Parts: sequence; structure tokens; C-alpha cells
Amino acid sequence: MRALASRLLQFVLTVWAATVAVFALMQILPGNAAQVAAGMSATAEDVARIEQEFGLDRPLIVQYGDWVTGMLQGDFGTSYVTDAPITPLVLNSIQVTLILVVSAMVLALLIAVPLGTLAALLRGRSLGAVLSGLSQVGVAVPNFLAAILLVMVFSLGLGWFPSSGWQAPIFGIGGFLSHLILPVFSLALVQGAILTRYVRSAVLEIMREDYLRTARAKGRTSASALAVHGLRNAAIPVVTVAGVQLATLLIGAVVIEQVFVLPGMGSELVRAVENRDLLAVQAIVMVLVFLVLALNLIIDLLYTLLDPRVRNAA
Amino acid sequence: MTTPAPPDSTASTGAPAADVPRTRSGRATELTFVVGLVLVGIVVVLALVSFVWTPHPPTQPDAAGRLEGMSAAHPFGTDRYGRDTLTWIMLGARVTLLVGIVAVGIAMLIGVPLGVLAGMTRARWLSGLIMRGNDLLLAFPALLLAIVFSAVFGPGTGPAMAALGIAAIPAFARVARSGTLQIMGREYIAAARTANRTPLQIAIQHVVPNIAGLIIVQASVTFALSVLAEAGLSFLGLGTQPPTPSWGRMLQESQQFLGSRPELAIWPGLFIAIAVLGFNLLGDGLRDRLDPTLRGRS
Repeated sequence: MRALASRLLQFVLTVWAATVAVFALMQILPGNAAQVAAGMSATAEDVARIEQEFGLDRPLIVQYGDWVTGMLQGDFGTSYVTDAPITPLVLNSIQVTLILVVSAMVLALLIAVPLGTLAALLRGRSLGAVLSGLSQVGVAVPNFLAAILLVMVFSLGLGWFPSSGWQAPIFGIGGFLSHLILPVFSLALVQGAILTRYVRSAVLEIMREDYLRTARAKGRTSASALAVHGLRNAAIPVVTVAGVQLATLLIGAVVIEQVFVLPGMGSELVRAVENRDLLAVQAIVMVLVFLVLALNLIIDLLYTLLDPRVRNAA
Repeated sequence: MTTPAPPDSTASTGAPAADVPRTRSGRATELTFVVGLVLVGIVVVLALVSFVWTPHPPTQPDAAGRLEGMSAAHPFGTDRYGRDTLTWIMLGARVTLLVGIVAVGIAMLIGVPLGVLAGMTRARWLSGLIMRGNDLLLAFPALLLAIVFSAVFGPGTGPAMAALGIAAIPAFARVARSGTLQIMGREYIAAARTANRTPLQIAIQHVVPNIAGLIIVQASVTFALSVLAEAGLSFLGLGTQPPTPSWGRMLQESQQFLGSRPELAIWPGLFIAIAVLGFNLLGDGLRDRLDPTLRGRS
């Protein structure tokens, strides 16, 4: 319980430090935010009006306090550039991103667990080497390249799926899935290659454990010994890595959303950067960083649940 | 965070695994290293040759030959302005290597001293502070930090390199710290202490040389990740700006012509993959070469 409390405290402190870091980063901007929002041709009065309207003339510490208390109440403020509230934008886009990322992770695991286990069992044979080599190459392919290749083949070539766009599930599940499938595969193929390597290593590690040797000595084949005794143990490092990779996937989605013109957090982030809509950038970055930290927390907790050694030590 | 392995330091290698016949894995290791070296060599040679020779002048587009296929004059074809793709690939190799070198340099110069300090100090608050700072930085993935930098400082190669370097500091600090902790109990460290060497002398003469292998491996892996992140950033239009050639940008511009000229996407994509694969394999190969006790891991 004490370990749990201190882990939670650490989480809260890191989130707080991240808000300070994100806020501070936005303040080093050359020129000030009101100037940027008002545009090049703005007069001094325009700038002053924007400063006053959005409270940018107040001391930084007050602005920071305002921003954080706002977020705690689920309010990310109002954009200086578009004059629109930022919260709905975050709420709408986060759904798209989360659907994308979670489906990609599930698919990546469905690819990686069988392939990685197979690569471990076939170690030293040519098929095992081919699987390892393929996963090594897959790790080196950027997900946006995978996306472009998939569009070339399955959209422009075969015409099976649309090359871009998004359709919410309430407007028809078929359209939703057909728009989702290429983006998800773009993320999942590369992620699957990364995870395959971890699964292979984890399974190899487990295979030299004494209890598996005993099981084999008692007449089980490598595969059945592994299935009965090994996979749960191999799952521990894989779950950990998959969780950490969720954060990577979240950032990878930023690029993939751009390729497929999906209305997710990534597209909103890039648009906000291009419009120099700094408050929106600040909000989206904070949400992404929060998600990364929260994922890490969840993994740590899962890790303790899965592994009795850690659980009892804690 | 108690996650056992940061993705950036082990993404290309996975966890260790033993129980392998020596000879076979020795040969595989050798192959990994050589292939990595060759792939990295291709990128380096392209970049170096581009300083003295390119097939065509990069900034003089051939208006008559837009979007051409492969030919003797243009082995990789031309883009929508009639620019020679091979020339642009060669020039793009420069940016790729520059970004990798600077990002790795920043991360190493800041991360290694911090990690060694955290490993050597007896003040628990100091090592705690460094490692908590590390954890905070880990919450900002490289590409995200690079996007933030482009928002704050404007898009460009400079902010990209700085952001990627800063984002990679935790990986180096972790590796340096765990390496330092491992050797702090050795006799030669105790001997140096007895000989009244200052901590700084010990760090420079004994600690850094002994963890150099680990650092070089990390540098290779970080290089690969930086190449990927820069390509992604330029693909978003927030990294290297035109008219400087970059592979990520070329890939982005190719999207309009996917139906008619797919090779415009294939070439930059292929070279990004070559660079990343090369540095990943080089890292794997170096790991086994530099540390014989690790032989047999793959």
C-alpha cells in the first residue's frame, strides 16, 4: 500500500512538473502571444485589446494558475486565434486518436505474439531467421511510409479502401471500419514488428528456465511446455513494453492522422502549430503528455498485479 | 517509473536471451555488424559525394522533364519541378546525418555527465533529483517535443535537432548511470580513491572509458530514432524547410503523385529505412563486439 501511495504521489508530482514545463516552454516564444495572434499588420491597440481580452497582461504566475485551475475543471480556455473554446476540439479529436491507437495496439499484439513465439521456437532454423530479419526491417520502416505503401496498394491499386477521411461509427459501421482499416494497419504493422522482437526475446528467456526444462524432460514438446507453463511469465515483460509502446503509438498517430486526414489530436496539433494557436498547442500537448504519464502509471500497476514477486516485495 | 526498459534504449534489441551455440551466434553477430556498417556507409558516402558531385545541379530544374520515370539521365526519375530525384536523395542524406550527429551529440554531452554524476554521488537527493528530471523528460516523446519546438521557435532543422537531442538525454543518462553503478565497486575505483584522485579525475580516467562501449551502442540506437523522428517531422512540414532537401519532405510531396509516380515515394522511403536499419544493426553488432560477456545475446 505504501508503494502504491508513493507511486501515485510521484504521478501527481510529475504531472504537475509537466504543466510547469509546458507552460514555461510556451513563454520563451520570441515576441508575445498576443502579437502573434493579432497578426503582422496589427496596431498597438489591437495587441493591447487581445492582451486584455485574454488576460495576457497579468503576471505569469496568475496566468499559469488560471490555466491549471481551468484544466482541473475541464476547461482549456479560449483560443486567441480562432476565438473558439478549445475544450470541444480536444474532446472530439481525442476520441478519434484513442480509437486509432487502441485498435492498432490490439492488432499489433495479434501479429506479434504468434510471430514472436514462432520466431523463438524456430530459433536457429532458417524460418526463424527470416522472421527475425523481417521484424528487424519492419522496425526501420517509418509508419508514414507504411501508410503510403498501403494506400498505393489497397486504395489506389485495388480500390478496396478509401485513401483518406473519417466517418464516425454512428453514421454506419461499414464506412467507419473501411476508413479505419488502413490507418490502423499503418500503425500496427510497424508496432507489430517492434513487439515481435520483444515477444521473441521474452519467450527465449523463459525457455531456458528450469521449470520448462523439467516439463520438457517429462516428455512435453517445447511448444506445449511453453503453452502450459511459459506464456504467463513471458507476458509480464511484453505487457510492460506494449504499455510503453502505447505512448509511442500515440505520437505515431500524429503523423498517421495527417496522412489519412483524420480529425484526431495529431491533426489538430499540427493545425494549431501552423496557425500559431499557442493556447491550443499548449492544451493538446498537455493532454498527450498526461496520457503518456497515465499510461506509465497504469503499466506499473498492472506489472505489480501480474508479477507476484513484485507484488509481495512491494 | 519502474518500467524495466525504456523503449528508446532497447527498441532495436529486446531483452537478452542466452542458451545459444557460440559459433553460430558469433557469425550472426558478425553479419549484423557488417550489414549495419554497409548500410550506414551507403548513406555516408552519398552525403560526402554530394559535396563534390551530384548528377544534376539541385536548384536548376529541368522544366522539360517533369515527373519523368527512370532513365539514364535521371536514374531515379524527376519530381514535379523536373528536379533530379537522385540528386535530392544525395543532398537529403546530408540533413539526415547532420540531424543524427547533432541530436546524439547534445544528448550525449548532457546525458552522460548527468548519468555518471547520478551514479557516483553519495548524495541520494542529487541522484534522485537527476532521475526524477529524467522521468519528467521521458513524458515528452521526441516527436512531440520537436513539434512543440517548431511551434515556439518556428519550424526548421535547428529546433528539430535541439528537440530530438533533449528528448534523448534520459536514454543516455540511464545507460551512463547503470554503467557507473556497476563499476563503482571495482578495485581500480577504490585504488584511485586511495591515491587521492578527485571524483572528477576518477570520472574522466576510469568511469567514462569503462562505460564508453555502452554509450556508443546507445548513440547508434539514438541516431536511428533521430533519423526516424526528423523524417516524421519533415513529413509534417514542421522540420527541415524547403529549399533544403530532406527525405521526409520528399515523401510528403510525393503523396500528390502516388497514383501516377509511386517511385517518388519509394526512393526517399527506401533511404529512410536504409539509414534507420543501418544504425539499428550497427548498434546491435557493436553491443556484441564491445562487450564479450554479452556474446550470444541477439
